[in-house]
Amino acid sequence: MAHPWPTTFTMTFDPNAIALSIGAGAAAGLVGCFAVMRRMTLAADAISHIALPGIGLAILLRVHPILGGVAALLVGTLLVWGIEGRTRLATETIIGVVFSTALAVGSLVTSGDELIAALFGGVGHLTTLEAALGLLLSLGVVVFVVWQRHRLVLALVSPEIAHTTGINVRRLNLLFLLVFALTIALGLRYLGVLLVGSLVIIPAATAKRLARSLRGMLVISVAVSIASTTLGTWLSLALHRAPGSMIVLVAAGFFLLSLLRR
Amino acid sequence: MRGSLETHRSALEVVNLSVGFDQINVIERLSFEVAHGSAMAIIGPNGAGKSVLATALIGALPYTGTIRWEANTKLGYVPQKLDIERDLPITGRDFLRAKAAVACASQVDITNALGLVGLQMKSVGKPIGALSGGQFQRLLVAAALIGHPTVLLLDEPTAGVDEPGQDTLNNTTERLRKERGLTILFISHDLSVVYQHATSVLCMSRGRTCFGAPKRILTPELLAELYGAPVAYHVHNDLRP
Repeated sequence: MAHPWPTTFTMTFDPNAIALSIGAGAAAGLVGCFAVMRRMTLAADAISHIALPGIGLAILLRVHPILGGVAALLVGTLLVWGIEGRTRLATETIIGVVFSTALAVGSLVTSGDELIAALFGGVGHLTTLEAALGLLLSLGVVVFVVWQRHRLVLALVSPEIAHTTGINVRRLNLLFLLVFALTIALGLRYLGVLLVGSLVIIPAATAKRLARSLRGMLVISVAVSIASTTLGTWLSLALHRAPGSMIVLVAAGFFLLSLLRR
Repeated sequence: MRGSLETHRSALEVVNLSVGFDQINVIERLSFEVAHGSAMAIIGPNGAGKSVLATALIGALPYTGTIRWEANTKLGYVPQKLDIERDLPITGRDFLRAKAAVACASQVDITNALGLVGLQMKSVGKPIGALSGGQFQRLLVAAALIGHPTVLLLDEPTAGVDEPGQDTLNNTTERLRKERGLTILFISHDLSVVYQHATSVLCMSRGRTCFGAPKRILTPELLAELYGAPVAYHVHNDLRP
């Protein structure tokens, strides 16, 4: 294979992969909180599918597939935001149209093992550069959410109150969507297009059930997310199963446990 | 519609304001002026466009015409209704802290605002979805007061608040107006409150508008025309003309 996209999952312990899974987990846990509170649960799943044509085209062009996925996610996000601002269509409707189109294009340009890997992920061997870039991106996402959390809270409770406090709500929405897309990109390699949305949503949904304050939700969500990625990776090594599926199953397990409360 | 207010410094001038959706104007060529330090009530039946006007005034809706706020105006806004999930894990304290952080206000401002609306710090430790309707409205007013606003724009601020709570909020805004020179714009269906607290009234009804002092606007004839039916309201004896 000329490109580094894995078609099978790794069976060996890779410190780079573990480090990136922790970084991506922290980023997904934080972004997921606001995605869940903004009722973007289904949108998160749909947006992740927009990466598929980018991955397919990147493989055809022999470029790093993650770069193709990130490019497609950013273009898709800008498209959704642009159409939303120019029409009175519901965001879900726009995401639905863009996501279906992306999936159709993606399945045309990707085939065989590559399609399976793109859909369900894997790890392969991460280079130090890949891991470093991933960690840097994770740090950027974490800094954005922590730095902007007050603005995000105001815009969530009332866009009008946020507006009168001097917040450009439309710009904040775009920034959040872009950060959201980057977070999805962080988990693409691990979980694949079909499962990556769940890493953003399930830990945050678990935290929403358990937390009684914003800080509590952020902390619980990050903890569940990191626990899911690390435990899921360990289980995948121990049981010789794909890491994406194991991570999502562990996260779902935490969610089921949260149902016991209240 | 410029009356006796012209002799005062204007906090707000609105000229030929039109706001519409899907090419249907909800507000058409509306003009009025609000004096600095005054209290203007906006009244009218449901669907008259009062909340649309408020949203346009804060600049959150596209419009044609002119909305001119006094220089250095800082707005505190209380929206009419918020679509909040009951299980949202954001406490009243989280919300007030967010407002204070963005408005560069301090913890003391939060404490003062809570005191003004009669809310205890303990109450705002609850998730906002768990607050009663009245507590939530007070929380919104407290948030509006953070950041030293010069104008308060309140869209039915006492909706869902019990009567003592309504008195607290109405008296608080009245006191802030008199002591700190705040300009108050409030939407209300309670004509007794309008009569008691407003210095001017803007009425809106199906494309028709009127503007003037409460005594001139709150007449049985004009109110019947405005609401399409006779309207009764209570006026305290000491306020009777």
